[in-house]
Amino acid sequence: MAGNKKWIRELPLHILLIPGVIAVFIFNYIPMFGIVMAFQKFVPAKGFMGSQWVGLDNFRYIFNMPNIWTVIRNTVFIAVMKIIANLIVPIIFALLLNEIRKDAFKRTIQTIIYFPHFLSWVILGGILIDVLSPTSGIVNEFLGLFGIKPIYFLGNANWFPFTLVATNTWKEFGYNTIVYLAALTSIDPTLYEAAVVDGAGRLKQTWHITLPGILPIVTLMTVLSLGNVLNAGFDQVFNLYSPSVYSTGDIIDTLVYRIGMVEAQFSVSAAVGLFKSAISFVLVVISNKLANKYAGYRVF
Amino acid sequence: MLKRTTGEKVFAVFNYIILTLTAFVCLVPMINVLAISLSSSSAAAAGYVKLWPVDFTLASYKYALSKREFMQSFLVSVKRIALGYAVNMVLTISVAYPLSKEKSVFRARNVYAWFFIITMMFSGGLIPTFMTVRKLGLLDTMWALVLPGAVPVFNVILLMNFFRELPKEIEEAAYIDGASHWTTLFKIYLPLSLPSLATISLFVIVGHWNGWFDGMIYMNRPKNWPLQTYLRTILINPDINQYQTSSEELAGIREVSERTFKSAQVFLGAAPILAVYPFLQKYFMKGLVMGSVKG
Repeated sequence: MAGNKKWIRELPLHILLIPGVIAVFIFNYIPMFGIVMAFQKFVPAKGFMGSQWVGLDNFRYIFNMPNIWTVIRNTVFIAVMKIIANLIVPIIFALLLNEIRKDAFKRTIQTIIYFPHFLSWVILGGILIDVLSPTSGIVNEFLGLFGIKPIYFLGNANWFPFTLVATNTWKEFGYNTIVYLAALTSIDPTLYEAAVVDGAGRLKQTWHITLPGILPIVTLMTVLSLGNVLNAGFDQVFNLYSPSVYSTGDIIDTLVYRIGMVEAQFSVSAAVGLFKSAISFVLVVISNKLANKYAGYRVF
Repeated sequence: MLKRTTGEKVFAVFNYIILTLTAFVCLVPMINVLAISLSSSSAAAAGYVKLWPVDFTLASYKYALSKREFMQSFLVSVKRIALGYAVNMVLTISVAYPLSKEKSVFRARNVYAWFFIITMMFSGGLIPTFMTVRKLGLLDTMWALVLPGAVPVFNVILLMNFFRELPKEIEEAAYIDGASHWTTLFKIYLPLSLPSLATISLFVIVGHWNGWFDGMIYMNRPKNWPLQTYLRTILINPDINQYQTSSEELAGIREVSERTFKSAQVFLGAAPILAVYPFLQKYFMKGLVMGSVKG
């Protein structure tokens, strides 16, 4: 029987998948079902099944919290600023690097700017707390040379969101620069030769060939980053913030952590988390649809 | 090469300067903290240390390495990497291989693919995941640091795409010769995928080395903390640290201050990555381009 034989041929593939499926089911899917606790007054001893149902009470509670809108606004503001910075800065550096003809120099620069990406925010936080210190940090000492008074980058609520964006760019711009550089090097060189024959200078070549050449990947990266509008970067904020900057630096993820892990209000925390996941899910689906439509992108 | 105009030459010089400066600025924070860690406490306190150590001393490093808690959490991190690496690699390969098959070869392929993809789009969130790990009795065990991320879906996609680009003819020839899926996977796919596997290995190892949040929430006992979790309590949030180094303790040691001691630990925490990075960056770069979205 042909069908039977096919099944036997497929059997090892199913067997290979079993351990992965079990692990993902336990640690990803069970917590998804566990979201029901957002609609309960969850008590760990009673579990998901035994806890009392309270409908939408937790959601009413969170939208009456005095700081909830501040936190949502902070999250979107920080995330959008990061998305924009991570778009513009890498494109500029990819264009500049693309003009370099000495390969060794190009590689060295790439290696250096990509490096902070591999350090954790704990390590980078330790570094930043020292160098950004208003009393002894090297950054404020440098600014002092120009007569600028010490700035408390991590402790002043006005400065804090911009400090986050700048330090995040420091950590991550090397990554996107390399992605865009790869796209730049794949542009057909005959286009440039033709442009030279037509008398176009470097600037015109950049404008008419290079930029249109990387436009598809830029569009794609932008559309995909739409899914991150509520991801302001937990690891970074959590390691750099303090109560004095909550008014501008507290984000949804840090709020979820404090309500859940510090105050042990499990259901309220899960409700805030669900609110975020639901919106993010819609954004991710939309961005993937758009990416598929305009750039032929698909995840699998 | 065509002759360059004056404007282009000026730009070229300008370009080299800008890029060199940027790279330098990217490194300044690290160089500064490294210099502080290698300086005496009095020089650091007086603000003499910029980009080069003043009164060079290794006292802060000796002190950090002599602390039992430091070595203990370092060992936890090593164990975590050993176990986590084994689990992640086995599961990445065993999931990527079946998913790399066409639907005509493996009819259930898309069902499985969506099963994994959905986890990238939606998650239960912090508290439900924490409750699940707790209910399973994994708190304060190494498994809590390894199992929740056992299948790194992003790496699975990297490897799956690599498998798909291998020439189909080899596999078809092997199939005609009677090779099973096991033979195909172990004798053909894996040996051909070494560059890709190297890239993923590095991602996995760096990920486990850098992990701090799971250690913080799943490990109640400080003796179970991985290094980055321990370092967080020293570097970021000293007031909750039960191992907080008392000023009196440090006062007994000349040349070491809170600041030089912290700086030394920053570098010990980054040391393994610093050590391997220059040699492995070509794999990272390759893997990055390989994994980057193709329009």
